[in-house]
Amino acid sequence: MNSTPSRSLLSIEGMTKSDIEEILDLTDTFDEIGRRPIPKVPALRGRTVATVFFENSTRTRLSFETAARRLSADTMSFGAGSSSLSKGESIRDTVEVIEAYGADVLVVRHPAAGIAQRIDNWTDALVVNAGDGCHEHPTQALLDAYTLRKHKGSLNGLRIAIVGDIRHSRVARSDVLAFTMLGAEVVLVAPPTLLPPSLEGWPVTISYDLDEVLPTLDVCYLLRMQNERISEGLIPSVREYTADYGLNIKRAATLPKDALICHPGPTNRGIEIEAAVASDPRSVILDQVSNGVSIRMAVLFLLLGSGRNLGATSELEGGQ
Amino acid sequence: MVEKERVQTPPKGGVFVAHARVLDAEDIKRAIQRMAHEIVERNHGLDNVVLIGLQTGGVMVAEMLTEALSKISGTSPPQGTLDVALHRDDIGMRPVIPEAVTDISVDLDGATIVIADDVLFTGRTIRAALDALCDFGRPKEIQLAVMVDRGHRELPIRPDYVGKNLPTRISEIVDVSPEGVDLGTVEK
Repeated sequence: MNSTPSRSLLSIEGMTKSDIEEILDLTDTFDEIGRRPIPKVPALRGRTVATVFFENSTRTRLSFETAARRLSADTMSFGAGSSSLSKGESIRDTVEVIEAYGADVLVVRHPAAGIAQRIDNWTDALVVNAGDGCHEHPTQALLDAYTLRKHKGSLNGLRIAIVGDIRHSRVARSDVLAFTMLGAEVVLVAPPTLLPPSLEGWPVTISYDLDEVLPTLDVCYLLRMQNERISEGLIPSVREYTADYGLNIKRAATLPKDALICHPGPTNRGIEIEAAVASDPRSVILDQVSNGVSIRMAVLFLLLGSGRNLGATSELEGGQ
Repeated sequence: MVEKERVQTPPKGGVFVAHARVLDAEDIKRAIQRMAHEIVERNHGLDNVVLIGLQTGGVMVAEMLTEALSKISGTSPPQGTLDVALHRDDIGMRPVIPEAVTDISVDLDGATIVIADDVLFTGRTIRAALDALCDFGRPKEIQLAVMVDRGHRELPIRPDYVGKNLPTRISEIVDVSPEGVDLGTVEK
């Protein structure tokens, strides 16, 4: 852990149940703003949010930028492909440049685990980890928890299966921590090769059989199957994976009527999820996307908007 | 709710101690009755009138006004609630409370809005409310009803309907509840 306590959001690990609940409670406020005719409030006027992505993304980047704009913050966008990284500029120099342009928050994604933490040590700006390698993706877990809570009222006592490539999934790691902290029971479903080498200390159960687990679930959370895994020899073929672990119509029929189907996106239709299942009434995949903006508004507001000292005087007295 | 907001509000945070009761429950009812009549008189009825209660103290005032208006005219005007926390100029100095819900389901284009609040003080809350409401539509007119006007305005804002004009010291606190209006201070 960091020696000096940081206000940055780097991981679900280290957060408490009440930290998470505070963010989820506040998200309702920001969700309402998204439904207004003009979905914008002046809360973060004059603040700058930089998205610093060393790895590709559609949802995470767009939703952070949308969230920042809805709060009237300015946005700055860094993409590795179009930057001076290709000229050999280091990550540290890149971060210092972005900070020099006045960024108050850096939203960082990088293919290596732990980079968000490193960047947080280098900069005075606050850092939000938007995915670091196979480590964590905390805002995804928060938006997943928010989506489940909205549909189910509470995560307490829910039985949730996370299905797929757990081993390489930062989403799974953050979700397991957040879901179990909020009282849910998590079962990981995957072939042995796609489970982490050690699950010691993980508050989960394991299953290799999706069909056996499905009828017992409140939530079926599917992960994206990456094609790279085949060349790495972790699964024999995509077709075999789909046959054993893909959620098709036949399998979905065994899932309870009030269960939910989640996916962090991007989905590989026809691989981990059949196209018709993605549009099943139990699927909340698009809700996850729209809740992502509200969660990120809450996170940015908590980092930047609360506790700012303006030295104001008289109007502070009482609730008047 | 008001208590929670106050207790969490830095840097004052503390417990409200009442020193004098300015209005009792009956006085409040009479003031609400009078304000409701004034609203009907000024607007020649209640056509297009929408009441918006400001979170948190103004919601109760809006509810009492709505009840009185429906007794007078037989129909109750649409009502909404607005939390201005994210529109304030002193953002960060006050908590954003999840329970303080903004709920405006009625179309505000062309409406005559009556903002209801418990206490009018510096005018900064109302400034924020005017900003926020204009994001919901283009009202024909916006009026302001407050239970107590305690003075010390810092912006060119004035109320249209007042329950009680109450001269105060700047250090005092005014507390409005259905039981009455109290003047007091916040003790640590």
